[in-house]
Amino acid sequence: MTYTSYTPTQSTNAISTHVWLNGVTKAFGDLTVLNDFSLEIFPGEFVAVVGKSGCGKSTLLRLLAGLETPTRGEIVLDGQRLNGLNAKARVMFQDSRLLPWRKVIENVALGLKEQARPRSHWALQQVGLDSRANDWTTVLSGGQKQRVALARALVTQPHLLLLDEPLGALDALTRLDMQRLIETLWQEQQFTALLVTHDVEEAVVLGDRVIVIQEGRIELDVPINLPRPRSLADAEVNRLKQKVLNQILNY
Amino acid sequence: MTTTLRHSPSRLSSLPWDRVIPWVVPAGLILLWQILAQVGVINSRILPAPTDVVQAAIRLTLSGELFKHVTISTWRAVVGFLIGGSIGLFFGVLNGVSRPAELLADSSIQMIRNIPHLAMIPLVILWFGIGDEARIFLVALGVLFPIYVNTFYGIRAIDPGLIEMGRVYGLGRRQLFSQVILPGALPSILVGLRYALGNMWLTLIVAETIAASSGIGYMAMNAREFMQTDVVVVAILLYALLGKLADSAVRWLEKVTIAWHPSQKLK
Repeated sequence: MTYTSYTPTQSTNAISTHVWLNGVTKAFGDLTVLNDFSLEIFPGEFVAVVGKSGCGKSTLLRLLAGLETPTRGEIVLDGQRLNGLNAKARVMFQDSRLLPWRKVIENVALGLKEQARPRSHWALQQVGLDSRANDWTTVLSGGQKQRVALARALVTQPHLLLLDEPLGALDALTRLDMQRLIETLWQEQQFTALLVTHDVEEAVVLGDRVIVIQEGRIELDVPINLPRPRSLADAEVNRLKQKVLNQILNY
Repeated sequence: MTTTLRHSPSRLSSLPWDRVIPWVVPAGLILLWQILAQVGVINSRILPAPTDVVQAAIRLTLSGELFKHVTISTWRAVVGFLIGGSIGLFFGVLNGVSRPAELLADSSIQMIRNIPHLAMIPLVILWFGIGDEARIFLVALGVLFPIYVNTFYGIRAIDPGLIEMGRVYGLGRRQLFSQVILPGALPSILVGLRYALGNMWLTLIVAETIAASSGIGYMAMNAREFMQTDVVVVAILLYALLGKLADSAVRWLEKVTIAWHPSQKLK
């Protein structure tokens, strides 16, 4: 029952998205959240975005998901201008947003048309929760719920994974496990990832690049060229973390 | 220690006391009633003894009269419920998902809702006469609003985050409705259903006692004319039983359809 012979398709086509934001401005009434914002993310890259609350980092993510439309400027994905919802992207939210009236596996299978069962089992195996496939989501712990949400995001093998503070509500130990899991799955599946977080440590541990947004603009863009998995005990990780923190705190 | 206590061979302690104790008071009251009626403290014209009521029930059952009245009452209840319930559900869903529809229709529906539907009886009799249409109309009116209000608010109370998630995960409008909105509103709709069923019987009792030539209410009013208090009590108990049956049906429906809901785990 839990065993599945499903193997994901590894197409020769691009399995990750190239993202280009070209002079994007987003305003809500008089409030300009993002101001002439430009950013390029390369296929397969893991970009971590940090900043204080209200700096516009969540708006950036919602724009990329197609949940908001830019007031000015354009978002280009693989050479095509984004219009409406982004079908290549999946979002993992801070609250897991699982449907409580569906079992775990049915949550993962949401919106799937073909091979829904085997693919969902495959995705649950990836996050180590296939044994809970037929449980209600309400009996799961916070960390388990987020793992189910991750499986739901990965089941369609998205080209772009948008992570909206997905670990913000988890305890410290669970968060470390989840960081490792996200990193492993990203390495295996090679999608492009954008992580929005307020946790600078998390950003430095996971990102190929860490971007600091302040008042709707990129104030710092640091590449993190360190081997993975990264440890917080590493001096270089700490130096970069301090650098990012200083930028945020001294602004 | 505790296990030996629980598996005590004594028959007294093996009784399921949790189930027995709630019945002690009602059983005691019925016993008291029987004794008071038999010694003559209670006049049988005011309240017949429980045994007389049981005899009346048996008599009415054997003559086929009871079955006839219960069938016609149930038929009226069901037809009125189906009409009122579907209208309430339709407008509840429509106004719940569509802001323009809500603007157009909600305040009008709320205004009509505030009229006690039983106050309409004189008018309804003028419109429909004293036939079944009048009673079915009243039942439909009594059922419509609880279903409407609870469906409407059930849909409105759905976490917008879930709807947003559904959109990001590629659900179309139909799928969004059937997989997110409707199941999310179902607990509230079922609360409305319970209220509606209560209203249904209440309305029917009033409508049948005022103007009818058949049905449980008619049976009770007719018996009153001949001072048959035992039959009146049978009719009252029948209403209680039918109400209880309807409520149990909804409970069963809740168990089947919203097993995930926190309200189901309390039991």
